[in-house]
Amino acid sequence: MSSRLKDAAHLIPLVLVVLAGVAVFLLFRQVLVPKTFGQYGHYRAAALDDIRVRPVSFAGQATCAMCHDEVATTRSKGKHRGVSCEACHGPLAKHADDPAAMKPKKLAGTGLCQGCHKADKAKPAYFPQVVPAEHSGGAECLSCHQPHSPQMQ
Amino acid sequence: MGPTGVEGFMYPNEVELQWSILIVLYPFITGLVAGAFILASLERVFNVSAVKPTYRLALLTALAFLLVAPLPLQLHLGHPERSYEMYLTPHTSSAMAMFGFVYLWYLMVVLLLEIWLDYRVEIVEFSQTARAPWRWVYRILTLGSRNISPRARRIDERVGYVITVIGIPSAFLLHGYVGFIFGSVKANAWWSTPLMPVVFLFSAMVSGIAAVMLIYMAASKVRKVAIDMRCLDTICQYLFYVFVIDFSLEMLDLIHRVYEADESFRSLDFMVHTRLWASQVVLQILVGTVTPLVLLGANQVFKFREGARKAMYAAAGCLTMVGIFAMRWNVVIGGQLFSKSYLGYTSYKLQFATREGLGASIVLMLLPFAILWALLKLLPPWLEEKEPAGI
Repeated sequence: MSSRLKDAAHLIPLVLVVLAGVAVFLLFRQVLVPKTFGQYGHYRAAALDDIRVRPVSFAGQATCAMCHDEVATTRSKGKHRGVSCEACHGPLAKHADDPAAMKPKKLAGTGLCQGCHKADKAKPAYFPQVVPAEHSGGAECLSCHQPHSPQMQ
Repeated sequence: MGPTGVEGFMYPNEVELQWSILIVLYPFITGLVAGAFILASLERVFNVSAVKPTYRLALLTALAFLLVAPLPLQLHLGHPERSYEMYLTPHTSSAMAMFGFVYLWYLMVVLLLEIWLDYRVEIVEFSQTARAPWRWVYRILTLGSRNISPRARRIDERVGYVITVIGIPSAFLLHGYVGFIFGSVKANAWWSTPLMPVVFLFSAMVSGIAAVMLIYMAASKVRKVAIDMRCLDTICQYLFYVFVIDFSLEMLDLIHRVYEADESFRSLDFMVHTRLWASQVVLQILVGTVTPLVLLGANQVFKFREGARKAMYAAAGCLTMVGIFAMRWNVVIGGQLFSKSYLGYTSYKLQFATREGLGASIVLMLLPFAILWALLKLLPPWLEEKEPAGI
């Protein structure tokens, strides 16, 4: 070994330590990254199977209309035609599977309506919104409006 | 009646601040790292020999603060045990994931290597003279080589120089990246400016230089040795120059905002005149920038006695730290106080004994000093000392 190389020999363990660090990192990566990661995109492909086995919560608009066609027809002609049934009534897949096993809860009218229609500066001006105390003097919304087609009754 | 501390209209997800004082600490601490390293590089690369007494101290300070830098983020996370996944499956769209690699590069390849190369002679000597069990620690640190011949030391010097040259852009990248993380949030008018990484970088240099200067003064007092006034004067000269650039950049950003006066301006202007008045105008600009600039600037023009210079430098250093911390506070907290609707403002209530409270922040700010104390014991930076203190 030439004398110059001999005087630089102490750097070899340093390089080996750095390389060992990189090797440990790559080894950990090999062990810890799930096998299906990156198969379809930047996620674990097997997560799709995990999600698929979860119970379905929402029945979907078409399923509701199969039994409740009268309400569905009323709704389709009113201003709420763009609002799906379960947006207000909640997830009802269990009810759709067995209507007797799970009955939807009766909705609290005024509070639910205010969720969308209470006046708020952040909402666009064209959206129907009211200051409840001025608009109805505390009366229930449902005493004048029909929720499935909310024009004045 | 709205939630407490809210004025005007806030969107529901804006009322409570998501980024707390811990996220203020994160850029503050990384800034100290980058600044301390830049000060060290003055001697190594730019041959400013006057600052040599602080060279090793600056490197150890940078290491102590760098080890603590990710802790505020870990404490902020809901699931810190998952954070390592950022390294395993990084995505190029994640600025934080990329920052993780910048951090690792800077820690492992730049700072540790430079410290090892610089201290190798002492490490080899201590591995033969120190008492057990410390002798074993030093033996491990020698990595099995005891060659400290003049030629081997020359090779160390050359390799160390190359690492410092690589280290300077790495330090710039480290803290520029912190500014980038804020500057790239295009939804936030307070943060979204391409000047943010540059402003963060220069303020980092200011805070790091001031921190090393204060630590050097305090260490000299504790060790009862005279302060090298040539060194102190030179540090403060560079601190003044960098501070002038930093202040100019911040004022440039301010003038640009005032002149551009986009749709966010009225809201931000109102915020600066109300909720951020004390922390921005008083603490950051008047107390933390203008006052130290006057103190440092006076020393460039007039010749004061040694005692007066020390007092002025110490005062300028402390006020600088206050000013830079206030700057981080105003960026992080200020950027969350106003609504994206520009119609309302919220408040930040700092708690004490919570995971993200003041208590945790104080502990995190003390931790680097404890680490630095241990590093100073293990690797004494004082050039005249040859024995590891207390070992």
